[in-house]
Amino acid sequence: MIRYKSVIALVVLLALVAAAGYFAIPIIRQEVKLGLDLQGGVYVLLEAKATDRSEVNDEAIRGTIEVLRNRIDELGVLEPVIQREGENRIRIEVADAEQDPESVLALIGQTALLEFLDPSGETALTGANLTNARAVYDSQDNRPAVSLELDSEGAAIFAELTRSVAGTGIPIPIVLDGQVISSPTVRQGVVITDGKAIIQNVGSIEDAARIAGLLRSGALPLELERLEIRAVGPELGSQSLLRSLYAGGLGLLFVIAFMIVFYKVPGIVASISLTIYLLLVMATLVGLNAVLTLPGIAGLILTIGMAVDANVIIFERIKEEIRNGKTLRSGVESGFKRAITTILDSNVTTLIVGFVLFAFGTGPVRGFALTLVIGVLISMITAVFVTRLIVKLVVNTNIIKSTKFFGV
Amino acid sequence: MSFKFIERSKLWFTISSVIVILGMISLATLGLNFGIDFTGGTRIQAEFPEGTTNDQIRTALSNVNATDAQGREANLGNSFVQSLDEGAFSIRTLPLDEEEQDRVVEALETEFPGFTVLSGPDIVGPTVGAELIKNAILALLIAAALLVVYISIRFEFKFAVSAIVTLLFDAFVVLTVFSVTQIELNSPFVAAILTIVGYSINDTIVVFDRIRENLKFPGKDLAAKVDRAISQSVVRTINTSLTTLLVLGSILFLAGDTLRPFALPLFVGVISGTYSSIFLAGSFWHAWKLRERSKKIA
Repeated sequence: MIRYKSVIALVVLLALVAAAGYFAIPIIRQEVKLGLDLQGGVYVLLEAKATDRSEVNDEAIRGTIEVLRNRIDELGVLEPVIQREGENRIRIEVADAEQDPESVLALIGQTALLEFLDPSGETALTGANLTNARAVYDSQDNRPAVSLELDSEGAAIFAELTRSVAGTGIPIPIVLDGQVISSPTVRQGVVITDGKAIIQNVGSIEDAARIAGLLRSGALPLELERLEIRAVGPELGSQSLLRSLYAGGLGLLFVIAFMIVFYKVPGIVASISLTIYLLLVMATLVGLNAVLTLPGIAGLILTIGMAVDANVIIFERIKEEIRNGKTLRSGVESGFKRAITTILDSNVTTLIVGFVLFAFGTGPVRGFALTLVIGVLISMITAVFVTRLIVKLVVNTNIIKSTKFFGV
Repeated sequence: MSFKFIERSKLWFTISSVIVILGMISLATLGLNFGIDFTGGTRIQAEFPEGTTNDQIRTALSNVNATDAQGREANLGNSFVQSLDEGAFSIRTLPLDEEEQDRVVEALETEFPGFTVLSGPDIVGPTVGAELIKNAILALLIAAALLVVYISIRFEFKFAVSAIVTLLFDAFVVLTVFSVTQIELNSPFVAAILTIVGYSINDTIVVFDRIRENLKFPGKDLAAKVDRAISQSVVRTINTSLTTLLVLGSILFLAGDTLRPFALPLFVGVISGTYSSIFLAGSFWHAWKLRERSKKIA
């Protein structure tokens, strides 16, 4: 006798899964963050070195990151990643393939320490007293220049400086990163009290804009050495993404076909819980704001194999119980119970490897480890709860009476 | 009814030893092809006109000079050039500064009409690679130590050591694949080795789980119990490997150059993991257990 209550429960469950998939997939597709390798962009790893102005310490690193952030914000890219790594390293990721790597590097490399020297050659004023810098065309010769505005303290020092050299023909050298870029003199009787100065001889208007941008974001407290630079073009990235998704999709179909041929009805159940598994993993990645990289996708594809494993262990155990003379119903019950310790021990060992990888790995290894750990955890949950629920519902409907449908 | 795995232990040990010796020969003669992540350097991936060969690219590069780490002038004709899919090539040189990079790109643009940079220039300093190896070995050691602790608690110490031996065998097979195929060793290599470590341990534990269960039943024939455990789990071991291989095979043949150097070692590693958990893990544990018993009797 067919139990309609279980049939209805099964149908409702399947409809829920289908609906969840239908609504979740577009959201996941929109929300998932792609790594540099998939959408193109620039990655730079820098090592901070002490300068005569600052030691490498937490404060100086924070200051450096702040300055770098200001500079990269000038590029107008979306969500650049600027993070400290270890003691003295800074990692920058600009996931914008349209961005020329050279322009990113030009912004990062320069210290941008601005100094005004007094007649004795000492530093009278630095960029720290700057409130604004803009690229302009000089009103006198109509050539590109950078106009500066100083704060009140800077304006007072600058007024004193101009008074001391006015009419003497002694220049006020303006030095950027140790190089004199402009040496204006001050005419007799002129005292500049409004804190406005101009740097001439800056080259093209683009150069003026770049220097103004660097000055606005402030000088880097530390010297930065480039340890690693990676640039990925947009075409290569999207090609890799498409091909690996295609490969993953096909692999998934093969697995589903294999499971159904080999395990019959439970194989269909495994395919359903595999779909649920993939939806949950993607939703978790989106929820954690994780960035999906190519090794991450590889890890994900690999966990498909491992997610199936839990189902295989269960179904093999059920078959064995039935062969040993148990009925379908009690075979399913004891098969699940016995399979769980196996699944637990084998997955905990894989999880240990995943956690260690995540803790000690860097870059691509971490992305891989994250998807591996999430994959293993969710595969355990779907195998133990989802597969069990559906198999039990199927058995309870009484539609399937022969153990033949369980591949025995 | 079960297959007599343990009776043929010597055969499995011989086969495994032969594989390890072949791997050592390959490592000693061919060595490993360390990539940019380990050696440091500059890498450019670019598209070339149809029919371009590695030699043509090397000839074009030999017209460009650069300064090496010791400050000497070096000819870029010795750079590592590898062909990828669809007319693309990967070029790895010693670390170049911006001006040298520009010269390389210029030289290639003049020689090959239609030359387009796909990715790079990537620049990796030599320290980064050394750290990668250091961190990977550290991660492996810590993972191994934690696995020994966990397996010793849930099973026993001998199972833990046997599992680690099996795992080292599989990791060595993956290393051998990198040597034989001369696939460039980059950071995905570290991920590949560690994945196989994770996969292999998972596979082995399922077999040990069954041995543990069978030990609870009456009977003294240890070999028969291990044989039964392996027979009981062999369909699962093979089916799981097959499903994983179906997915890895799709990546291997369809996902293109970026993932192939990662998928191939994994493919062989999964096969090795299957072999070792069926034939090596149980046999090793049994041989050790037997030696201990004979010592007690003597």
